[in-house]
Amino acid sequence: MLARVRDWLDQRFGWAELIAPLKKKTVPSHRFSYWYFLGGITLFLFLIQVGTGILLLLYYRASANEAFESVQYIMTQVQFGWLVRSIHSWAANLMILTAFLHMFSVLFLRAYRKPRELTWVSGMVLLVLSLGFGFSGYLLPWNTLAFFATKVGTEVAGQVPLVGRWLVIFLRGGEEVTGATLTRFFGFHVALLPGITTIFLALHLLLVQRFGISVPPSVERERQAPGRGAHEIHFFPNFLLRELMAWYVALGVLGVLAALLPWELGTKADPFAPAPAGIKPEWYFMFMFQTLKMLPAKIWFIDGELLGVLIFAAAGLLWLLLPFFDPEGRGRAQHWILGAGIFALTYIAGMTAYAYMAK
Amino acid sequence: MEERSTAVKLIVKQLRIACRRGIVFSCLAVLALLFGAEALAQTKNTCLDCHAVFDPPLGVKAEQFAQDIHAQKGLTCVSCHGGDPASEEPARAMSAAAGFRGKIKRNQIPGLCARCHSDGSYMRQFNPSLRTDQHAQYLTSVHGKRLARGDTKVAVCTDCHGVHDLRPARDARSKVHPLNVAATCARCHASAEYMKGYPIPTDQFASYSASVHHDALVVRGDLSAPTCTTCHGNHGAAPPGVASVEFVCSTCHVFQAQLFDKSPHKAAFSAMGLPACVTCHSNHRILRPTDAMIGTGKDSVCLNCHSAGGPGYVAAEEIHRQLNSLEGALARSDEVLNRAESSGMEVSQARLDQGQARDALTKARVTIHAFQVARVQEDIQPGMKVAEQTYQAGVKALAERDYRRKGLAISLVTILIVLIGLRLYTRHLEANQPARRG
Repeated sequence: MLARVRDWLDQRFGWAELIAPLKKKTVPSHRFSYWYFLGGITLFLFLIQVGTGILLLLYYRASANEAFESVQYIMTQVQFGWLVRSIHSWAANLMILTAFLHMFSVLFLRAYRKPRELTWVSGMVLLVLSLGFGFSGYLLPWNTLAFFATKVGTEVAGQVPLVGRWLVIFLRGGEEVTGATLTRFFGFHVALLPGITTIFLALHLLLVQRFGISVPPSVERERQAPGRGAHEIHFFPNFLLRELMAWYVALGVLGVLAALLPWELGTKADPFAPAPAGIKPEWYFMFMFQTLKMLPAKIWFIDGELLGVLIFAAAGLLWLLLPFFDPEGRGRAQHWILGAGIFALTYIAGMTAYAYMAK
Repeated sequence: MEERSTAVKLIVKQLRIACRRGIVFSCLAVLALLFGAEALAQTKNTCLDCHAVFDPPLGVKAEQFAQDIHAQKGLTCVSCHGGDPASEEPARAMSAAAGFRGKIKRNQIPGLCARCHSDGSYMRQFNPSLRTDQHAQYLTSVHGKRLARGDTKVAVCTDCHGVHDLRPARDARSKVHPLNVAATCARCHASAEYMKGYPIPTDQFASYSASVHHDALVVRGDLSAPTCTTCHGNHGAAPPGVASVEFVCSTCHVFQAQLFDKSPHKAAFSAMGLPACVTCHSNHRILRPTDAMIGTGKDSVCLNCHSAGGPGYVAAEEIHRQLNSLEGALARSDEVLNRAESSGMEVSQARLDQGQARDALTKARVTIHAFQVARVQEDIQPGMKVAEQTYQAGVKALAERDYRRKGLAISLVTILIVLIGLRLYTRHLEANQPARRG
């Protein structure tokens, strides 16, 4: 039966010719290979997000009057609705975690080197888009915590010089966070961001396929030693089966989290109620939130929060352009980049931990 | 006078110079100075020149009097005490010819205050909504009646409202602000020494301080909660009589009073000469009522009159049982819902529904004032039904939790089997493939 389908496809589309490069394609295998699975796991979690997101769309209603109730309905009345929503929420968080880990592993294994500069840039854009997904999706259940966190989060956007006020009004759909903000965030979350993400994801995957998987310089040096050679495995089926195993592990972790710790719904947002204590953004924004909180009101003559936003923006831009400072993976720049990577990882992890401990 | 004429000459000279130069603005400024100086001369108050440096009771600080509502409305010392405040000479300023009244005798204070406060047309210009019957009410009060009989120890206006730093009742610093009324009354009524000779106890303040009303007013900050004047009246303060206690309480506790009126207790209490409400709830020490107050337990007030075997005893026992059954059903439902919630289950609808059962319990606690088992049962039954439904919702949520966990276990085992299978397959595959080296 399978052979008949293959023949059918072959006669019409030249299937054998299409998959011939895949059969020949090999992937390097070395002691750091497992780090490269993080990219695949991030992709898998993204696909889960798309699937569960579509299912949630069947019941979710994006209006201030109905959003909370519709999510409550999904959680209590819809068959396996709780599972779909919990998986969507947990997968979102895991996806951002694995995206961060993927980014740092690429940095420390120096996989950004020529010719993969644009792979790094497209990956960074995807990370920013993922954060955008997280920020816009957080508000959608219209609960108290999300409402006030969005209020604080969009206020930060107001600090951007020149266009800050315009940006706040654009994000909120007015002066305040209202039902208009919810509708707008819903649009960003299910239309605008998925559209842009699809383009960058396609580009990223295309670049990965075009340039293949990088081999770390230390492994390359070892391979150049006499009697040693590059160990490669077949992309199909060996590498894909290993990737599949990683995906299964991710699915198991996701299942445990969704079943034992279903994502909470909280209480419905009341725009007229005072902000409750302990308002905080999602964990992946915590390091920025805590930094801005700790900055004094004025540093010299500049507003502290404005300075913080400017520093983060400048650091983000430098981070994006990082491969261009060390295209060959040699020279003094690589030490600076390594130092910057260690500093960024320590800072993000340390400040996030401090934010949760300091409450 | 000489200084004043010199000042005026100087001002006129300045005016001429300014006008010659044609500076209109300067002219206006100098004119303003001129009129300001004149106005200052008219409001001169020499009383405070001396009284500001005296010790109490004669001493009155200018800043203290400035806080007084009368000073803020433009009244001065002379408004109450008479005299000539413009005079620098004490003998003239405080002469009978200038209408000086000196220290106002205690028995004359209500009348003096009433000269303005009972004059509706006069008071309207300051505060159109302020009542003007305080003096008339005071005359009907125990304080007023005793004062008329020559007892000057009783409270007069200044004892409660203060003097020289008198503030409106809405001001939290006022002695008659709701939060301060009880302490103001207690200054006399809680003093056994001061109240010696009066046939009333002095523990009212201590009792009130332990009451649910004090808790609501002071601890919860509910300014509508009762204080002394709410039940006794303020200017017409008097203890409510046995017959009228119920009317006092019913100004707030409307439903309880209506139910009591139609209850068998109404006639019984009247026949025994017992006041309504306070017979069971006390007067000043009104504690937060508990379900134990009704029934046949040791804290029951029913047993003060009813004895075992009687119909009242049986009814009290049954009403207590009804209340307890709903309370127990709610506790049971709470316990199961708490467990479901701590397992991450969504039970907010059941939580919301529980509110209806709690409302039913609250309603039943009001209905007990009808002292009829059937009426209480009418409120309890719907509550029991809701409590049972919310309990079942909790049980269902826990069953769902267990179902999810079983599902998870099966999924994890399946994933594990697939993983082992894949691992074995790739190992087998790689064992049969030639090693690839670049």
